[in-house]
Amino acid sequence: MDPILDIRNLSIRYQGSAEPAVRNVSFTLGRERLGIVGESGSGKSTVGRAIMRLLDTAELTADKMTFEEVDLLNASERQMLKVRGQRMSMILQDPKFSLNPIQRCGHQIAEAYRTHVRCTKAEARQRAVEMLEQVHIRDPERVYDMYPHEVSGGMGQRVMIAMMLLTSPDLVIADEPTSALDVTIRLQVLRILDGLVRDKGIGLVMISHDLNLVRAFCDRVLIMYAGRLVETLDAKHLDRAQHPYTQGLLAAQPRIGGPRGPLSVLDRQDSWLNAQGEVA
Amino acid sequence: MKPITINDLCITFGAVQVLHNISLDVKAGECFGLVGESGSGKSTILRCISRLNDSWTGDVRIGDSAVRDMEVSDRCRMMQMVFQDPYGSLHPRHSIRTTLEEGLRINKLDDREGRMIRAMRDVGLPVEFLDRYPHQLSGGQRQRVAIARALILEPDVLLLDEPTSALDVSVQAEVLNLLVRLQKEKGFTYLMVSHDLAVVDHMCDRFAIMQHGRVVEVLPREAITQGGATQTYAQDLIGASLEYEHAI
Repeated sequence: MDPILDIRNLSIRYQGSAEPAVRNVSFTLGRERLGIVGESGSGKSTVGRAIMRLLDTAELTADKMTFEEVDLLNASERQMLKVRGQRMSMILQDPKFSLNPIQRCGHQIAEAYRTHVRCTKAEARQRAVEMLEQVHIRDPERVYDMYPHEVSGGMGQRVMIAMMLLTSPDLVIADEPTSALDVTIRLQVLRILDGLVRDKGIGLVMISHDLNLVRAFCDRVLIMYAGRLVETLDAKHLDRAQHPYTQGLLAAQPRIGGPRGPLSVLDRQDSWLNAQGEVA
Repeated sequence: MKPITINDLCITFGAVQVLHNISLDVKAGECFGLVGESGSGKSTILRCISRLNDSWTGDVRIGDSAVRDMEVSDRCRMMQMVFQDPYGSLHPRHSIRTTLEEGLRINKLDDREGRMIRAMRDVGLPVEFLDRYPHQLSGGQRQRVAIARALILEPDVLLLDEPTSALDVSVQAEVLNLLVRLQKEKGFTYLMVSHDLAVVDHMCDRFAIMQHGRVVEVLPREAITQGGATQTYAQDLIGASLEYEHAI
């Protein structure tokens, strides 16, 4: 099967900084769920944004960076407008900041749909309401007319998911989709996202700092450290991680019912900065 | 070591009652957790105890004295708070030395240099960092400075408001280890807000589950793994956390 996303040796340098934020990252994505894990500042969100081509001032270099037949390195912004939001979309961390506060939730979903699909307003509304139903919102007609401040965080995030999946994209990038949510609703939102991604056969890139989350909701995991890919693992074999950084991250996590002795602490090695994860 | 006793604490913001008759007993030298969803009033309790919010009714005592009746300086010497966001809680244009010294100066403590050096050692930072500014430190180092600032006044009680939720797991481990060690060495009483039951399980002896400004249930640490919660919401919260953890 052809990969949806094929990235070879991607490096990203932000304007005004000497060091690249991401260097030599390579991976491919099929119709699967791929997790990218790392500490803050490791460049995981930067990779996500680069795929969406949202970093207009940063310097991107790569041997290859394609999304289906689109060459992401050389595509014009006009081409990207057709791709972004329609064939690939992104779910951001906090619905409080990613929804427009002065527009009704449903209107925003319908607008996103009408940007890419030619149809009447009534049709778009109909599709938006159906989509709200699919993300398990009980009273979609009512929520359609609510403003973002009137809905809870979990519901806001489901509105975001509805908006992003309505155009039936092939690729969804979820950047910390649940870290702003309470633990009681986190699973529910993840299950909804997971269900839709599986049903529709969407390729998912899940960016997260939470190893437990990717373990449960991804097929494959990339581990990033200081802008580099240090390891690629099957999610179910996360425990067999070879790289000391991955092992350290796993061990540093307090576990419910775990021993209460001191948690193990990462002993950062300079040699990790030279390590190269094998191409996935 | 001093216990915290909260009796019938209520607070109203505008028309909304945010805390409803909160009563809690935290034993001397205990680490007590407060968990619940966002907006349930966990942080507000800490802000009431420390009198950052002062429009509450009820009675809060540390040891034998009510926080309302204490002199400001006594209160600050008795309890200190560590905030969630180490990026927002240190003055960006004050060096670490200025930050730490301010409390010592206000409280007219002697041997400031010695106390600062000891505080830095206690939190595991090099003494040279005294002359750095917050932007020259990482998140974990900043949180250590915030802890140093709290413990330099030798309080009995530390109020911890999500002390690690802005940090990466790897850094969280360092800060949690530090808090455990300091409690052993100095016998602090901790009142810790957290949304992460794994952290609560690691740190706390007992914890209270909150919802909509009420304490739903007070449970010992063992209740997380062995069951024992009787209230529906407490069971749900623990269940969700265990499930999320992909239990054990």
